Amino acid sequence: MNGQVLVEVEGVSRFYGKTAAVADVSFLIRRGEVLGFLGPNGAGKTTTMQMLSGNLAPSRGRVSIAGCDLLENPTRAKRHIGYLPENPPLYRELTVDEFLDFCAALHGLSGKDRKAARERAKTRCGLTEVGRRLTGHLSKGYQQRTGLAQAIIHNPDVIILDEPTVGLDPIQMREIRSLIRELGREHAVILSTHILPEVRASCDRVQIINRGRLVLNESIQDLDRRMQSSVLAVTFRRPPAPEALAALPGVGAVTAEGETRFKLFHDPAADPTEALIKLATDKEWGIYEISPERQSLEALFVELTGQAGEA
Amino acid sequence: MMFVIARRELRSLFLSPLAWMILAIVQLIMGFLFLSHVNIFLSVAPKLPLIHDAPGLTGLVAAPTLGNAAVLMLLIAPIMTMRVVAEERRNHTLTLLYTAPVSRLTIVLGKYLGILSFFLILIALIVLMPLSLLVGGHLDFGMLACGVLGLILLVMAFAAVGVFMSTLTSHPTLAAISTFGVLFLFWIIDWAGRGHGAGGAAVAYLSALNHYEPFLRGLFDTSALAYYLIVTAAFLGLGVRRLDADRVGA
Repeated sequence: MNGQVLVEVEGVSRFYGKTAAVADVSFLIRRGEVLGFLGPNGAGKTTTMQMLSGNLAPSRGRVSIAGCDLLENPTRAKRHIGYLPENPPLYRELTVDEFLDFCAALHGLSGKDRKAARERAKTRCGLTEVGRRLTGHLSKGYQQRTGLAQAIIHNPDVIILDEPTVGLDPIQMREIRSLIRELGREHAVILSTHILPEVRASCDRVQIINRGRLVLNESIQDLDRRMQSSVLAVTFRRPPAPEALAALPGVGAVTAEGETRFKLFHDPAADPTEALIKLATDKEWGIYEISPERQSLEALFVELTGQAGEA
Repeated sequence: MMFVIARRELRSLFLSPLAWMILAIVQLIMGFLFLSHVNIFLSVAPKLPLIHDAPGLTGLVAAPTLGNAAVLMLLIAPIMTMRVVAEERRNHTLTLLYTAPVSRLTIVLGKYLGILSFFLILIALIVLMPLSLLVGGHLDFGMLACGVLGLILLVMAFAAVGVFMSTLTSHPTLAAISTFGVLFLFWIIDWAGRGHGAGGAAVAYLSALNHYEPFLRGLFDTSALAYYLIVTAAFLGLGVRRLDADRVGA
């Protein structure tokens, strides 16, 4: 939790021909942090991940991993990286044990260390039962876990996961998410996903990328505050005049939604709920519904990526 | 690190039926060719003492057997090398190697060594045939060793061409066909050069076959050695360049 900066991305761009898949992206990831990387399809998530993992060279900019420049000193920098790409890279003809041994050997582990690393990764990813099975014969969920085990086998500082929960059932998803949280305590984890609740469940910080540009980079707490409700929806059996509602302390504006339903926009600091309920019972308006409206992460996502207009 | 990759490569080869099939079929065909050379030798053997400086058992049986082996290698090399990078690219496993702390040169050399080990096993099995003649005859070991060295050098060059072709594509069959095309061209290029003066001689000099023949006659030709090493290094170098282009190129 010492917050040491493990990934430093500075003004990174990547062009395919003339189109910029990623344009001028900069961010930091510290130890003990799980960063969620969101974006619509084709926004540049995978391209960014490939550049972080050294699979793709940025056209411009600088990436440094645990203090080593990924372009100038790729071999040193890559020792600190574990990467699970979109398609788990498995040699189908090897068993899980053989495959993980090979991955450990690629990272310079040998003998006892290799076996210990393999067993630890297997336990963490729930693979102890399938060690002797061929990776090609595993179900999608187990293949995904094997891919994850491969990414963490050498205990890297930086773990890059590209859509780690795709193809998993809800229980496996929960397991993987708690594993990600656990990994996030000692390492720096960056994960990309389409699944918005996943971000809330496992990340400390959220980045939204759209058309190659970062449009949001905030911690989950800040995001929660930003999305905090300042709208109340109320429904009455015998609705009063809107003016009577607007007179409540802290209420800014009132809009009618149909005959009996209203929306009250209020100052986030002054919640008028209690006063409203008291007034409604005193005046016998017959209040039967009152609920704070939350702005969802989804709505924010749609707003920031501007998908609503096109959808 | 290179050996880790080489070992995995060799292991995966022997986990597929392909390697075993090729070993079996090559043994069968070479056995047949070897026996027919022995037959010829037996039919001319009585007359040999009458000829001044006549070729011996090695020259009449071992050398032609190794000569035939070269043709088989031409056919096998594309098949054995086609998957080496192309299939990894197709199955997205190349990412694993790219993310690991190994350079592109190490990846190419590791894969190349894996393939080469297979060919060395294949050649060892072929050489057992002429060696079996020791049961009832004498062999010129210098000449035999020279021929085997030639075959190894030839295969080194073939495998390097195959590895490079495999880095170009994600379709193993395309890699096999292009490897075969290039190797065959290297094989027959001296036909074009025959009898066309200095230019023709230069073209003929590129032929892989022309450089192999001296080895079979027991001549250790350093220029031929250099030829094979240069071809090997050049194609492996191109392979490294190609893998690097995956990272940099558009």
